[in-house]
Amino acid sequence: MTKSKTVPVTGAQPTRRDALKTLALGGGAAAAMPLWARYAGAKTSEPIKVGFQVHRTGIGAAYGRWYDRTTTAAAALINEQGGINGRPLEIVAEDDGTDPKRGAEVVEKFATQHNCDIGFGTLFSHVVIGSAPRAGELKLPYFVVSEGHHVASGMLNRYTLQPGITDVKSQVQAMAPFVAENLGKKVTMIFPDFAFGHDHRDYFTAAIEAQGGEVLEHIAIPPTETSFTKYFPKIPRDTEVIYHVMVGPAVLTFVKELGEFFGPQRPEMFGFIDSLEAVDIGSPGLEFLDGTYFWEGNPRYAQEDQSEYDAFFRERVGVDANGASVSDPKDVSTYAHMFGCWETLHVVKAGMESAGYRGPQDRAALVEAVEAMTDMPHSNAHPQGAKIFNGKTHQVFGHQYITKVVDGKLLLVHTTSIEDTFYPDEVDYTTQAL
Amino acid sequence: MDFGPYLMLATLEGAVTAAVLALTASGLALVFGVMRVVNVAHGEFFMLGAVLAWWVTHILGGSAAFGFVVALIVVPVLVGLLAAITDMTILKRIDYDPERTIVATIGILYILQQVTLMTYGPDARPVVPPFNTRIALPWFEFVDGKISLYWPWGLSITSYKLAVIGAAVLVLIGLWLLMTRSKLGLLMRATEQDRDMALAFGIPVERVYALVFGLGAGIAALAAVLIVPIQQAHYLMGHDPLLLSFIVVIIGGLGSLPGTVLAALLIGLSDGIISVFFSPTLAKILATLLVALVLVFRPQGLFGARKA
Repeated sequence: MTKSKTVPVTGAQPTRRDALKTLALGGGAAAAMPLWARYAGAKTSEPIKVGFQVHRTGIGAAYGRWYDRTTTAAAALINEQGGINGRPLEIVAEDDGTDPKRGAEVVEKFATQHNCDIGFGTLFSHVVIGSAPRAGELKLPYFVVSEGHHVASGMLNRYTLQPGITDVKSQVQAMAPFVAENLGKKVTMIFPDFAFGHDHRDYFTAAIEAQGGEVLEHIAIPPTETSFTKYFPKIPRDTEVIYHVMVGPAVLTFVKELGEFFGPQRPEMFGFIDSLEAVDIGSPGLEFLDGTYFWEGNPRYAQEDQSEYDAFFRERVGVDANGASVSDPKDVSTYAHMFGCWETLHVVKAGMESAGYRGPQDRAALVEAVEAMTDMPHSNAHPQGAKIFNGKTHQVFGHQYITKVVDGKLLLVHTTSIEDTFYPDEVDYTTQAL
Repeated sequence: MDFGPYLMLATLEGAVTAAVLALTASGLALVFGVMRVVNVAHGEFFMLGAVLAWWVTHILGGSAAFGFVVALIVVPVLVGLLAAITDMTILKRIDYDPERTIVATIGILYILQQVTLMTYGPDARPVVPPFNTRIALPWFEFVDGKISLYWPWGLSITSYKLAVIGAAVLVLIGLWLLMTRSKLGLLMRATEQDRDMALAFGIPVERVYALVFGLGAGIAALAAVLIVPIQQAHYLMGHDPLLLSFIVVIIGGLGSLPGTVLAALLIGLSDGIISVFFSPTLAKILATLLVALVLVFRPQGLFGARKA
């Protein structure tokens, strides 16, 4: 770079002030240069292409909208900071319709048409399960942001990783002691009837039994269902706690009808915020939720002891203190999940930099570099909290939050430790061929 | 839940489903009866009704009841007009040829659905009901040989759901009066019985067709406006009503209004009851099985007249 001439090359050692001046000049020049010129120092200024599999339509659309905004914000931040290995990050977004079949096609498009370096961003578990095998065949590193236990269970392959969001098994395992101690031991579970809901069914049932509790009834509801009252009479009379988790376009109807069903005599309730993601908790008909508890991957309302990292994350994505869009307070975010996109992109950046990633020929090295990661400290790159990555199971572990509805807001009442979420490894992906 | 209250809740839920289904299906039956057109886009007119209801209440703002009443009046008319225009610009041009109308209405289905997706977006949006009070219902039990009332957990309905049932009954009675007692109904029935003869008698058959197509879509839209405070407006919500309406119309007898209403009651109630006691999937399986049986043993439907 031309500016390096200002550094005295002969005679005395450069002073610290000189060095600072040079850095400031260099930084200023970098900021003033057009984007392409800023990366001129890298061996290639070709962008790193991230194929972003987004649920723009179909039952995951509300999540897709916010995954998109978060990803865009994270990519903008990474580019401002100089990109990855001096190369800009380019997001190639493609709608998968929240459909597993289309999902596999989209992964194929990323690898063969768009020449993407990686695939990224899939949420709904059935789409992940439908798409991951194709990513494995194409040897395309596939970074999912899905929560499903399918990564750590060993069902998928070495090219599929989940480094930015914790999985259902660890979440429910950390929730069960709180539910058993504070709410009750006789639980009825209501969950969506697909892979994600089945993870809840299997692992929460086991976890609550380990706490001396029991699940009286499992009520599975198709995620495309639009009317719910007909499912509720199956709730046994002696239920102490309703455990609810629902997804799909009709979640608001689900929670409303749950309230109408019980009227004033509701049992204790513990929900996964999925039942209300992208839904304003102040919507008419949800008043009965006051005093109920929710798992949140990341608290939607800015809490009293909000970290500077959370404040930074909210500001960059454009989310206010109530978890809604700064431009439209009615547009509530999927705050408990979308941080996963932000954190995953930062993991990709760290992985590519430690692998010296140059292009698709280094995809295997990228997978190995991510597998080698362990501690991820609480930072701007990980605003949800500190995390520990398990390279063998390709799954990250982190803190979980329990909030209570008080006066129409979700207030944090309990934060689990990372250790609360650990369980024995079920797979060692590193033994599979790359 | 005990069997008694359980059955009562299932029946009430089924009655709401049946009411909305009866409206939607009678729109489909009317179009088929008079025009012999299988309208595959019928579910999308239903969806449009719900989406426009959200739109109208959203624009008007203010009190929920006012916005809803305006939607109840304006939305079916808008959807009816759109359907009438569709009839005049598309269906008329292909001479109501059975195969081609099916393909054309499939096209209309996708156009309406995708335009809604492009404008209204992929989200489900709620419409606030004009009134909604939870009504807890009592049940009786025998304590020491005497009847005593108690309020079981979950046995309730909302005032709005009762109003939906009431409104559906009123609209169906109105439709029946229109068909049997008015001059317009006479023209429609004449067209239904023999198109050419009706033409020969100076009935403006083309205008009757446009009117009937608009009326059928308008009734579906009305059903959607009624249901949208219970469910939510979403661009894919037309699938289920279309499927169920076809089931109802086939069981009831294509084009027969009383048969349609009876079949809607049968399907709606059994859907509610079977869903509650077993599973919603089983309810759909049984309804489809019933269609198969009707087609095999009574192809004209329960109330349909056998063609000579």
